Order: sequence, then structure tokens, then C-alpha cells
Amino acid sequence: MKLPEAAGLLLAFVARLITGAQGHWYRCPPKAEQRIYFANHQSHFDWVLLWAALPQDLRSVTRPIAARDYWTASPLKHWITREIFNAVYVSRQRTDDEDPLEPLMEALRHGDSLVIFPEGTRGHAAEPAPFKSGLYALAQAFPEVQLIPAWIDNVQRVMPKGEVVPVPILCTVTFGAPIALRPEEARRTFLDRARHSVVALREVV
Amino acid sequence: MGDLRALSVTQQVGLLFMTIFGLLVLTTLVALSRSLRERTAAQQATYWRFRRDLRAVWAGTLLFWIAWASGAFVSTLVFGVLSFLALREFVTLTHTRRGDHRSLLLAFFIVLPVQYVLVAMRLFNAFTVFIPVYVFLAIPVVSALGNDPNRFLERTAKIQWGIMVCVYGMSHAPALLLLDLPDYAGRGAFLVLYLVIVVAVAQLAQEAASRKFRRRPVARAISRSFSWRAWGVGIGVAGAVGLVLFWTTPFDPLTALAMGLVAGGAGTLGEFVMKALKRDAGVRSWSGQPSITGAVGLLDRAAPLCFAAPVFFHSVRWYFGV
Repeated sequence: MKLPEAAGLLLAFVARLITGAQGHWYRCPPKAEQRIYFANHQSHFDWVLLWAALPQDLRSVTRPIAARDYWTASPLKHWITREIFNAVYVSRQRTDDEDPLEPLMEALRHGDSLVIFPEGTRGHAAEPAPFKSGLYALAQAFPEVQLIPAWIDNVQRVMPKGEVVPVPILCTVTFGAPIALRPEEARRTFLDRARHSVVALREVV
Repeated sequence: MGDLRALSVTQQVGLLFMTIFGLLVLTTLVALSRSLRERTAAQQATYWRFRRDLRAVWAGTLLFWIAWASGAFVSTLVFGVLSFLALREFVTLTHTRRGDHRSLLLAFFIVLPVQYVLVAMRLFNAFTVFIPVYVFLAIPVVSALGNDPNRFLERTAKIQWGIMVCVYGMSHAPALLLLDLPDYAGRGAFLVLYLVIVVAVAQLAQEAASRKFRRRPVARAISRSFSWRAWGVGIGVAGAVGLVLFWTTPFDPLTALAMGLVAGGAGTLGEFVMKALKRDAGVRSWSGQPSITGAVGLLDRAAPLCFAAPVFFHSVRWYFGV
């Protein structure tokens, strides 16, 4: 076993020890299909939690999105995101000649699954913020990829903003039934429907 | 009985575990063979409940066996981990606020390890006062430094109570294993087992009695089954079983009876109190289906032991004057 793999197992173990990281597969079995998971975003811990809740063999093909300027700033951050998580880097500075979604499209063409947080930023309200349009563009470009909503519960209590050490509190990740872009569906309608499918999962457990 | 006494302590404990594992294997086999039959839905539900309980008994027995077989260090570690998981579940179900973050860190990463280190080093005097005296003064201070006056007393009380039950109570189980009594060295495993059996029997008897007598519940809003008569039956049976088991303990028969009554009573009351807590948190059952938080019901099972262990431990210490 190589170092990144071992570090990944250790990290998943620690995440499970602290949060339980229970995945509830509700109307959607864990399968090795190409998927885009989209979830609510409340904490830096969200990605690790969702990743740890996946079965081990799905973890290596499921990739997060990382901001290039922040996650390549130090060798350690770069190593963690590159070697353990195999992150897709995106740049936050918009340039005219570059589509910010291009790295994501590239990963999807390559056959990988993605996890995205369509709110764009961490929310602190009880309800998730309106979704940004990236999800719509991806759904348009890759109609064959399954779109799986996920609700991450309780994680804001584990590590409130400004704290470094997580408190052990049980969290769950609920995965719901896949949604798909309907023919002729308007962008806003689709994004609201996607957001609603995430929020609806709060009630099911 | 004379032959048994001739064996060394290790052989006696080994025999004890072999007997228990034998019984468990037998029960499991019978349950398996019966599971092949056709059943009604009600029978199916009973069977699933039974299977879940059986699995819990297996897990518990294996845990005690590991704890005993691998010595003081590992047994303390095992109970420490159990304590951690129980506290995690407790904190999940109580509503804490942002200002509690540091107090919770203190509870999980300092209080809990220190308490179990004190047990492992057999510093029983320090271990008895560490949480009730020092931690109970430290937690409110750290909470106050969190700069949030909202429901301050309530939040502090919740954290302190969680520590009391999940860490302080639970840590008395390995303490029993390590307690050196006159003429009873190395046989702490029997004491722990005596405690577990007595508490379990008290619970079962109470439940059976409450089903049979159908008395008016004492506190309907908290438990529909708890009545004084059922409780009395529970501790009565616990005392009787304690009396029957007196030969495994360092007590004379009358003391064994009294210890059974005390431990059974504390355990069943502990279960009752946990029901109140569950109602407060809005959870009907921690076991069975995972609730919103994914709590798996460990606390449910451990709570009677957490209540009974400290009472039992200190009764034993007073009785022997150690």
C-alpha cells in the first residue's frame, strides 16, 4: 500500500470515529456508475464526511473540486488534495478566454464522478442558499451522468466557523433518488428543483 | 464446587468464559435453525428484536473477554473507546451551541483520557474525585469563556451530566476489573460479570413484570411501563440472582443479596432516566432504526451499566474498607 492510500484510509477512519459518517442510501444504491453528487454546504468538513460515507472502492473515483489558489498554496495542501483526494482544481479568478467549468468537464469526459456544492459557498442559515448555475451546465453537457442529491446533517456542530479541532458528534449523509434535466427545462426551474431534492432529504431519515 | 475452587484463578475465569461462549453458540444455533421456519409478521418482528439483542450480547461478551484476556491496559482502552462512543451519542442528542465547542473538546479529549489513565494506574482516590470536583469546576469556566450567556446553566448542566454518565459511570467497569480486594486478586472479571448479569436480569424481570401486571405507570409521560411494583420485582429478582451467584464473588450470601438489590435497582432506574432523556430529545428509540443523527443505541444499552457501576463499585469498596 502506498502512502497516499494509507493516509486516505487513516483519514476516513478518523472522520468515522469523530462523526460516524453514516451514509444512508435512500432510493439510490451505492454503485460504480459515473455520478455527480450535489449537496448542501455548511462546513469545510463536508467533503471529507461525504467522501468517508462512500464505500471504499467508490472513494478513489469520486473527486472533489478544490480552489487552485488555496489548495496548491503549500506543499502539504497540494499533496493532500492531489494524492489523497485526486481533486479537480479550478481557478477562482475569471479569465475571458477560459471556461471555469472546463476542468470539471474534462474530469467527466475522463469518466470520473464528482462532488459539487452548488451553493458556491458555505451557508450558515438553516436553509441552503439558491444553487449556482454550474450544475445546470454540467447536466446539459453530460445527460448520461446520474445526478444524485445528498443532504449532510449535523456537520455544522462538529466544527463551527473559526474553530480548528472538531468535536465528536454523529453526522449522516443521506443520498436521494437521482434527478435528470427534463427536455426544454429552464435553468432556474431545474436549479430550484435540484435544491428542493436536496432539502427534501432532510425529512426522510 | 470443591474441584472448581482447586483451579487457579486464570483457569476459573477461562472456564467461566468458555461456559458463556458455549451457551451463546448454542442459543445462536437454535435461533438460526428456528429462523428457517415460516412465520407470521408478528413472530418475524419478535425474531428480529431477539436477533438484535443476541448480537448485542455477543458483542458485549466478546468485549469483556478481550478486556479480561489482554490485561489492564487494553481493558481500560476498550472501555475508554466505549465511553467515547457513548459520549458522542449523548452530545449528538443534546442541543449544544457554538459557545460550548471548547467545553466539549475538553470533555472528549482531556477529561475522558485522563479519567481512564487514572483507572489504569489504579489511582482510585484521584479517579473518584477528578470528575465530580475538578472537572465540574473547570467546565463552567471554559463555557463562560465561550462568551455566550444564552441558557448558560442548562448547557453546562447537559455537558456535565453527559460526562457523569458516559465517562464517570462507565469508567467504574474497568475499575472493578482492576480493584484489588483481599483474597480476591485477579478475579475482577467475576465482579464485572456479576454486575452485568444482575443488571441485565433486573431489566428483563422488570420488563416481564410490567407486561404481566399492567399497573398504572408512575410517570406516564416518560415511560408507559415503569411502575413501582414492576421495579420491585426487577430488583427482587436481581437480588435473588445475586444470592445464587454469591460463590463467584468475595461476598458472603447476605451481602451478595444486598449487592444484587443495589446494583439491580440502580441499573433499572438508570434505564428509566435514559427514557426521560430520550423523550426530551424527541427520540423514541435509539436502537433499531438509526434516528436522524444515526445514533445506534449504544447509550441505550450502556446506560444501566453506567448507573449501576459507580454505586456497586463504591459499595464494594466500603464493604471491604479498601
